[in-house]
Amino acid sequence: MKSGSNLEKILERGEFAVTGECGPPKGADVEVIKRKAQFLKGNVDAINVTDNQTSIVRMSSIATCALLNQMGLEGTMQMVSRDRNRIAMQSDIFGAYALGIRNILCLSGDHQKFGNHPTAKNVFDIDSIQMIQMVKLMRDEGKVLGGDEIQGVPKMFIGAAANPFADPFEFRVVRLAKKVKAGVDFIQTQCIYDLDKFERWMEMVRKRGLHEKIHILGGVTPLKSVGMAKYMATKVSGIEIPEKVIKRMQDAPKDKKAEEGIDICVETIQRLFKMEGIHGIHLMAIEWEEMVETIVKKAGLYPRPKVED
Amino acid sequence: MIVAERKPFNEILAMVEPFEKILVIGCKTCVTVCSAGGEKEVGILSASLDMARKKEGKGIEIKEVTLERQCDPEYLEQIRGYVGEYQAILSMACGAGVQFMAETYKEKPVYPTLNTKFIGVALEQGVWSERCAGCGDCVLDKTGGICPIARCSKSLLNGPCGGSVNGKCEIDSEVECGWQLIYDRLKALGQLDKLEEIIPVKDWSSSRDGGPRRIVREDLRL
Repeated sequence: MKSGSNLEKILERGEFAVTGECGPPKGADVEVIKRKAQFLKGNVDAINVTDNQTSIVRMSSIATCALLNQMGLEGTMQMVSRDRNRIAMQSDIFGAYALGIRNILCLSGDHQKFGNHPTAKNVFDIDSIQMIQMVKLMRDEGKVLGGDEIQGVPKMFIGAAANPFADPFEFRVVRLAKKVKAGVDFIQTQCIYDLDKFERWMEMVRKRGLHEKIHILGGVTPLKSVGMAKYMATKVSGIEIPEKVIKRMQDAPKDKKAEEGIDICVETIQRLFKMEGIHGIHLMAIEWEEMVETIVKKAGLYPRPKVED
Repeated sequence: MIVAERKPFNEILAMVEPFEKILVIGCKTCVTVCSAGGEKEVGILSASLDMARKKEGKGIEIKEVTLERQCDPEYLEQIRGYVGEYQAILSMACGAGVQFMAETYKEKPVYPTLNTKFIGVALEQGVWSERCAGCGDCVLDKTGGICPIARCSKSLLNGPCGGSVNGKCEIDSEVECGWQLIYDRLKALGQLDKLEEIIPVKDWSSSRDGGPRRIVREDLRL
């Protein structure tokens, strides 16, 4: 075991993993986290906590993960390179490990232009691939980037993201290969709506044998409405929603839109379940955490496996 | 070249508010080429200030000068003979020129009239674009002659990130994705294998992060 986290144990045992997501509150309100946690508990194996996603100031990922751990769940600390240099990152990784956090997701982060502080200075001292290398160096060699020995090595299960729907398409698998080379343990993909395109990407992944070196979790987000589908398709960078999916949402009766969205999500999960090289799903029910249990149950992934300590 | 843009007129007008006799000094190098602070712009700014002040009923005497360069002592010396007759200097040079002017004439208030933007190129008449961030340790050999520091909005060394769509950057559909450009160029050169290698963590100490920079060339010193 590299980290001994619940997520790592599930994946190493060959179980089909389910991870969830929790966006922290725009303030210090612990009740928001408690409410979301209650919907996720028992339904997922670990929960990603976003790090000031879309550059909007929120409670820190470290603090939120620590709170989730106290509530008996397992947090995966997302860390973006936008706001911290290598000094702050490594310091936060020490702190996170000391607080019981065992999973990290290394990201470059959305540009600050999107958030509520567009005039901020960004950092981008290192990128997400270099961050993977750094966390691995800390874990496997017990050293910080500068070369000094670490007192109390943070043994993290190292994750990263992959977006098969961004451009250039042919390069996306190369970038994944670089993350594997850097030492990533698991990958969570961008939300999948275009399964055919995702299949083509996975073919390239398998051709390089990458699926045998790491665990790939397919990203899914249930659509709540036609408006949300259109918004995600046009306004969220790197998300592709095929016309036929939008049409399915449009054609559903008015009072059944949400149900249709859940069905599309469940069907996607079922197809991912059968796909060679996919070891789990990353279920991002954005501000719709109360549906996680339904989706996981409908997809036949309930109850979640229990692993011993 | 260094590309600059003139400050809003009212900002400049406010700077010279206390003065009755000023020098407006242009620079014949970069800022002339990018039409921000050359002889022509010195003339336009001086005439506008003159008119605005007359309108306010308190005229201003302006001497227009355009030096070869404001980043070289020998040219700055050319105004020494008469600088004492003026209350302030409006420099139309880049930030380096403004500062060097202030260093040279310590007793004289020196004001900037331009916002210095970037090291860039003239794409077409009236359009300039950034190319170099002056990081002090060039990586263009690894990236097909396209700079990821200056041209990727996140300065990623192992891009493109997930926000690259149709060749454009996530920050603006008008901004080209630097890493898409790198990819296309390396593909055309038959060097895509270069992108399989991880570019290691950058040493930013050669950049501004290492503190103010200077170069000493012993072979050239007198």
